Amino acid sequence: MNDLSHDQRVAGLKGLGSSRKRVEDARFTQGKGNYVDDIKMPDMLFGDFVRSQYAHARIRSVDTSKAVALPGVIAVLQAADLAPLGLHWMPTLAGDKQMVLADGKVLFQGQEIAFVIAEDRYICADAIELIEVEYEELPVVVDPFKALQPGAPVLREDLAGQTKGAHGERIHHNHIFRWEVGDKEGTEAVVAGADVVAEEMVYYHRTHPCPLETCGCVASMDKINGKLTLWGTFQAPHVVRTVASLLSGIPESSIRVVSPDIGGGFGNKVGVYPGYVCAIVASIVTGRPVKWIEDRMDNLMATAFARDYWMQGKIAATAEGKITGLWCHVTADHGAFDACADPTKFPAGFFSICTGSYDIPVAYVGVDGVYTNKAPGGVAYRCSFRVTEAAYFIERMIEVLAIKLGMDSAELRRINFIRKEQFPYQSALGWEYDSGDYHTAWDKALNAVGYDALRAEQAQRVADFKAGKTRSLMGIGLSFFTEIVGAGPVKNCDILGMGMFDSCEIRIHPTGSALARLGTISQGQGHATTFAQILATETGIPADQITIEEGDTDTAPYGLGTYGSRSTPVAGAATAMAGRKIRAKAQMIAAYLLEVHDNDLEWDVDRFVVKGVPERFKTMKEIAYAAYNQAIPGLEPGLEAVSYYDPPNMTYPFGAYICVMDIDADTGVADIRSFYALDDCGTRINPMIIEGQVHGGATEAFAIAMGQEIAYDEMGNCMTGTLMDFFLPTAWETPHYTTDFTETPSPHHPIGAKGVGESPNVGGVPAFSNAVHDAFRPFGLTQSHMPHDHWRIWRIANQLGLHG
Amino acid sequence: MSKMHLKLKVNGKSVETLCEPRELLIHVLRERLNLTGPHIGCETSHCGACTVDMNGMSVKSCTVFAAQVQGAEITTIEGLAGPDGMGVLQTSFREHHGLQCGYCTPGMITRAHRLLQENPNPTEEEVRFGMAGNLCRCTGYQNIVKAILHAASELNASKEAAQ
Ligand code: FES
Ligand code: FES
Repeated sequence: MNDLSHDQRVAGLKGLGSSRKRVEDARFTQGKGNYVDDIKMPDMLFGDFVRSQYAHARIRSVDTSKAVALPGVIAVLQAADLAPLGLHWMPTLAGDKQMVLADGKVLFQGQEIAFVIAEDRYICADAIELIEVEYEELPVVVDPFKALQPGAPVLREDLAGQTKGAHGERIHHNHIFRWEVGDKEGTEAVVAGADVVAEEMVYYHRTHPCPLETCGCVASMDKINGKLTLWGTFQAPHVVRTVASLLSGIPESSIRVVSPDIGGGFGNKVGVYPGYVCAIVASIVTGRPVKWIEDRMDNLMATAFARDYWMQGKIAATAEGKITGLWCHVTADHGAFDACADPTKFPAGFFSICTGSYDIPVAYVGVDGVYTNKAPGGVAYRCSFRVTEAAYFIERMIEVLAIKLGMDSAELRRINFIRKEQFPYQSALGWEYDSGDYHTAWDKALNAVGYDALRAEQAQRVADFKAGKTRSLMGIGLSFFTEIVGAGPVKNCDILGMGMFDSCEIRIHPTGSALARLGTISQGQGHATTFAQILATETGIPADQITIEEGDTDTAPYGLGTYGSRSTPVAGAATAMAGRKIRAKAQMIAAYLLEVHDNDLEWDVDRFVVKGVPERFKTMKEIAYAAYNQAIPGLEPGLEAVSYYDPPNMTYPFGAYICVMDIDADTGVADIRSFYALDDCGTRINPMIIEGQVHGGATEAFAIAMGQEIAYDEMGNCMTGTLMDFFLPTAWETPHYTTDFTETPSPHHPIGAKGVGESPNVGGVPAFSNAVHDAFRPFGLTQSHMPHDHWRIWRIANQLGLHG
Repeated sequence: MSKMHLKLKVNGKSVETLCEPRELLIHVLRERLNLTGPHIGCETSHCGACTVDMNGMSVKSCTVFAAQVQGAEITTIEGLAGPDGMGVLQTSFREHHGLQCGYCTPGMITRAHRLLQENPNPTEEEVRFGMAGNLCRCTGYQNIVKAILHAASELNASKEAAQ
């Protein structure tokens, strides 16, 4: 190794910036992944739910006699069986509580009523068919505005008389909270006196993260040693351990939670679901391992919807287009229980990032959370908490304002961007944006797509359309977004009281390879690959010789898990900091070995070199060996480090996305001609993985904007319970993406990285939606709600009178 | 329910098991034969995670009953590896970052394997169309398509070299 050049040594590390191939792939491509449903234990039982057919009903009776008589059925659990343990209800992450099994009534279709435990999944399914539930139907409310009317049915009888919830006052029996940020009076005064005000209701519909693997777990209570082991699809295994301990009274030291390989999460696997609780109880009761795996219909109907925000906005500007104020009120449909997975003090997540990338002097946001007869959830579907709602809102409001001003919306964005020299920038709603260079990114994006030529082509197309020469319209969808990711800091971000730090523990072995364990968990982001790259650069140990482990609470240090793009900003920082601790000790060891003072050494890729004497050095490999075989005065043997990283601030990735589509006015079919995505996620750890994340996130955005929704009828029937009705794009309709980047490091992150996994969803949805709107702008459209499926696009054309 | 004696050829080996006729092939493979490569994503024929090769055709094993497969020849992802580990498609998926969480991957590769038998020289359009029965939530397909096109050219090149 010593004969290699500096550059060869850097390349050999496969550290930061290298498109290192993924270490996970060998097992996944050979079918050797280990997902929760692959776990098989001797004597294992299977559990599954009887679910409610009604959206709102009292449960008169549940007759389990035929089911219990079926050979192979072990037991059927109901709320009354869980009540003595205090487990028929469970706390949610949002400070509310949720029924584990129906306690007298059901509040949404698909709600869990009884848990059947049987020898295998077939017997379980047979038994569920044999259980007879008698319901008394109650009036249903699926519309959050109707839910808040004076005579609306009372959904949560358990909260009767409670005028205070976890987030302050409740003003109505179906009201959950009101959350307000910013200067209401000041904003209203600006709006009242503005040259121009654009006002619009922007709805971001209900959808679902729908990872390809559904949720599930295996619970195994070992009665001999009193240890509970829980394998499951958990995006935050340590939090699950803490919650399991608080609920069950079993000490945390006797609970082991393991997240094995996870088949995609996207927010679906953050929450705690009744299935986990029931599997644990069932294992305790039977003394046998119990597996619970959702089927797809359970998944779409009962666990973790996302969005469902009705956002009323007013944006004020001067006649020249300089924005002077932003006002927003959200009616947030949370379903039957408030089970959002947001940091405790943020019942609407980080929605107040809704001033976006613009320098807006004054702003106000108010959010009212509402109960309806729909499934609980409100998770961050591939975005940081409620950030995609915020980005969609502001990017639609910009377009609506541009229409009002008669301006090009690219130019309107440009004159309102926060300028480079304003960073760190204090937003009107209280955030400190760490770094950015929006103008550079925007110009690069517009040039890359040939924006002016596209506008000229579009004008010609409109003229041809009006002249009857074509039936095709063209939309140019612009989007510029700023994300806020990487929660902590601990001082204002916690989940159930757990500060949102993250952690890394490193052991360097005597022969110079290493093991690092983290508090996060990969669900496809390739942590085993990228975290090793961070460490390689920090410690000079080749990434190929660093093993990364996550997801087992018995071995990994406590961490808050992976969601909200927090792994790179928080655990990535912890990894770098732990690596630096290793290096600091290594420097002392090297100084001893080379018989010089610490300060006489400098770091060079993979070694400490005596300053000015390049031939005198000790490589990390040599140092590691010495750490274990030499008695060094004043130093403990060994080479290990732990870091718990509490980020000083969040990070603010940003980007510019542009979508061009052709729309057939007669069929409503939208053909995505091109999609350009420029991302600035600060320092780039692995460009190949970043590009993959952008492709995947943009495809989820495409799905959401163009067809995917969780829909209910007036009776509260979920109409989108299978993949027949719930749109997941195939390779055939998914567009081709062009990716690009600028690189503005985060000044407060040890390696300057900001996180990227969720940006394409946040920025992609407005790009697709704005393209649809833009196609119809010349004909008078200002706002039409997503998803823009063919029928809805056809309807826009029809309502604008384009069908003659 | 009474059980049937099922005889199959799986990944080139003769296997036998007892199972109920109504059992789904995916459960027979995963739970009785311990082949957990093929996955379950929907059980309604939509996602393709359970794709296996049956008598020379791609099938979604979540919608095939045990009673329908007596004597069938089945290849799962576990049977696609080359003698020294990863086969051409597998390597190509890795090289082109054609997977993220890996959950769709066994079904994808098994389907791609059959697609390239049906059409050894597909265009990008033909790959996208031919793979449309397999959903992926992570990758956006672009790199999967790239991986398959690249594998096709590699397989063709080695066929030519052999001739
Ligand atoms: S599990 Fe068979 S197609 Fe989805
Ligand atoms: S890689 Fe996750 S579903 Fe395809």
